[in-house]
Amino acid sequence: MAAHTESRVPAMWGRFMTWIDRRFPATETYEFHASKYYAPKNFNFLYFFGSIALFVLVMQILTGIWLTMSYVPSGAEAFASVERTIMRDVDFGWLIRYLHTTGGSAFFIVVYVHMFRGLLYGSYREPRELLWLIGMAIFLAMMAEGFFGYLLPWGNMSFWAAQVIVSLFGAIPWIGPDLAQWIRGDFNVSEITLNRFFALHVVALPLVLIGLVFVHIVALHHVGSNNPDGIDIKKNKNADGIPKDGIPFHPYYTIGHDLPAIIGFLFVFCLVAFYLPDMGGYFIEKPNFEEANPMKTPEHIAPVWYYTPFYAMLRAATFPLLGVDAKFWGLVVMAAAIAMPAVLPWLDKSPVKSMRYKGRISKVMLTLFVLSFFILGYLGTIPPSPTSTATAQVCTMLYFAYFVLMPWYTRVETTKPVPERVTMR
Amino acid sequence: MDGGGASGAVDADRRYFLIGATLVVGAAGVVGAAVPFVKSWSPNAKARALGAPIKIDISKLKPGELLGPMQLWRGKPIFVVSRTEAMLAALALNDDRLADPKSERPAVPDAVKPKYAQNEYRSRKPEIGVYIGICTHLGCSPKFEAVVEADKFGADWKGGGFFCPCHGSMYDLAGRVVKGVPAPDNLPVPPYSFESDKVIVIGVDEETA
Amino acid sequence: MRTATIGVIALVLSFGALTAAHASEEAHWPMDPMKPNLGDKPSLQHGLKLFANYCMGCHSLKYQRWERTADDLEIPHDLLLSNVVFSGAPIGSLMTNAMPTEAAKSWFGAAPPDLSTEARLRGPEWIYNYLRTFYVDESRPLGVNNKVFPNVGMPHALLELQGTPIETCKQLPKMKDGYELRDPLIPGKAITEERCGVLDVVPGTGQLTAAEYDKAVYDIVNFLAYVAEPSRIQREHLGVYVLLFLVILYVFAALLGREYGKEIH
Repeated sequence: MAAHTESRVPAMWGRFMTWIDRRFPATETYEFHASKYYAPKNFNFLYFFGSIALFVLVMQILTGIWLTMSYVPSGAEAFASVERTIMRDVDFGWLIRYLHTTGGSAFFIVVYVHMFRGLLYGSYREPRELLWLIGMAIFLAMMAEGFFGYLLPWGNMSFWAAQVIVSLFGAIPWIGPDLAQWIRGDFNVSEITLNRFFALHVVALPLVLIGLVFVHIVALHHVGSNNPDGIDIKKNKNADGIPKDGIPFHPYYTIGHDLPAIIGFLFVFCLVAFYLPDMGGYFIEKPNFEEANPMKTPEHIAPVWYYTPFYAMLRAATFPLLGVDAKFWGLVVMAAAIAMPAVLPWLDKSPVKSMRYKGRISKVMLTLFVLSFFILGYLGTIPPSPTSTATAQVCTMLYFAYFVLMPWYTRVETTKPVPERVTMR
Repeated sequence: MDGGGASGAVDADRRYFLIGATLVVGAAGVVGAAVPFVKSWSPNAKARALGAPIKIDISKLKPGELLGPMQLWRGKPIFVVSRTEAMLAALALNDDRLADPKSERPAVPDAVKPKYAQNEYRSRKPEIGVYIGICTHLGCSPKFEAVVEADKFGADWKGGGFFCPCHGSMYDLAGRVVKGVPAPDNLPVPPYSFESDKVIVIGVDEETA
Repeated sequence: MRTATIGVIALVLSFGALTAAHASEEAHWPMDPMKPNLGDKPSLQHGLKLFANYCMGCHSLKYQRWERTADDLEIPHDLLLSNVVFSGAPIGSLMTNAMPTEAAKSWFGAAPPDLSTEARLRGPEWIYNYLRTFYVDESRPLGVNNKVFPNVGMPHALLELQGTPIETCKQLPKMKDGYELRDPLIPGKAITEERCGVLDVVPGTGQLTAAEYDKAVYDIVNFLAYVAEPSRIQREHLGVYVLLFLVILYVFAALLGREYGKEIH
């Protein structure tokens, strides 16, 4: 590197770090995970979203802690603590609240793109199956976290959405009704449910999420990152044992790639948080501007947008099948849809990892999958009608076809030859 | 150091400039982002409403007595003591027993050191003393004694005083702390003013009006 | 790929932004547009005055404080306290009223709701049209009905301002594709037809003309839009500086990123 003028500061720092390193693997960890973690040099824009997701997690925890300082988790006080105390009385309380609500939606947008990158480049393939499974666990934990968190404002939509989702569990044969009551802690969604969801949302699931994200990164660094060409960069090392196509994560990706990405993300994020926090009723739903009322069902109960694709699938089950009533097997379909991506590593029989080298069928199936996901997402927000139900049914089939047919189409299609070294496309 | 895929000429000056510039602008951003979080800790509108000025009616206060029941301002008890001629005369006689007879020590946190309390009786009107009734040692509420007990204050003490039962700190009837007691400071004076002869407003004086 | 992903995200965000709320609730009454203007302080002040006089007896604003309203609307505290606050409450107190909830339920069928967040619950447009579509209906217990909220339990609080509104039949221009049909022989004269279920006001019964009444209702709804989110003005103002700062920071970060990027080949 460039020569520094001799000064005492680097020498002092060196002695300080030596003292630490004898007692704690500080430099070792820093080098293994950052300055000597060699990541493929051909990362593209889809590779920002993991770091952005981590940033959003930290932001949610920070804003969440601050909200907990003013929020009161009681049936009588919850709504007022949000609308009066946080939104009006506390200085900048409104800002912290909007950062948290926008952050919740942002978290899902970012994670969906992050997962899509995995589908596109085969990031779930061997040896990253466990990494992928941990990621699916994070996704599940996020869905639970969002569900518990949404009850907390104790608005009318909060109440009724919780009512509907908890009663879904009631559809499970034999144990259903007891299970639903056990989750609620009461005969109906009540303040008891609110209190326990508060504990789960503020303490339990954040701890789970942090733990899962930690092992997610450990698992990734153990095997190394995939890349858009799906090539294993460790197959081509130079004389020093360093992958020829690898570059140190720090500073090339941390500063060179992720820092501008996070700031760019923040720009879009702040645009929404400051000018469109409601997002037309999709981020903060209108019925939630009145307090929970067990006697007044909102005209149209819709879950928050990030659940709607799965909700649409649930509603698409309208007729009984094989002696099982639609209410239950709709729940099964929904659960299967959420869990299905977990088995991808074992469904994908293609000789190549990345979509860049896969055959035409894979490209078509993935496109149909993504389109179905979006259409289902939209359908989940509108009241059901015969046409919308039929469309949802078709899209549900396409969604599952992507997975179910994969062992077949990934084997029969013609793939392109994979290069030895990464391409900087 | 550099990996296999990264090498090449580095314009060190440009690089250091950009790192420095980004760091500076970024640091400004972090500070800016911290502002709402820090500011959200200040007393919110509800606290400010509850901490609003209160009015105390002293029409029923008899000379030589402490106003009761005591009123709270911002959660703190307010002593309003009506001093008789004799009590006022006695104030000047105990100076050698007092730690800070001229109230020269800096104001304790959260209290004010108003100009109208920079006198012997530490109040706007000599006969009415207004103090925050919290002992400056560890926060107990001292007891008003129009006539003090000699074994506590000593035989040479003139006039009444305040005696704190927790650790034995003592003050004269102008709230000035006695030497040799655990409490270091005189009783704090809140901002106050007379709305009329018989009504005191705690929380409003020349500065805060 | 990158453009496609940005495009998709932008599309989804703009879809959300442009989509109005789902189909409006009970009524199919054609709604006149109402766009709040929180920068119009005289309108907000007028709205506050009208609200305090005509609405607040029944409808509280229990999440909002008088002091906040005074400061945001630029009304001196003592002026507000002497002219608008009738309860002798201190300036920092919440804008509550004396309506007893249980009794109100038996009087009106439902307790008059608190309106602190009403403008975000139903939208300003709904409230604007609601307040302008009361009409006399002898079959209702309170003698009035409403086109936007059929069979509502609320009386027409602004009756003396609007005058007596009635449902009637009127000669109105015939419309085709959104245009008035004109008599081909007489320039400017519209072809009319009789339409019933139309609202009109008995002349001479109201303190205000139709246009003045519309403005008064606008002011009330504008005020309610402010109350629903008093920090909105501050939010939109602060947002400009935040976004500007992020652009500047992005420029430096991108340049720095490019610096490091040069080394990769």
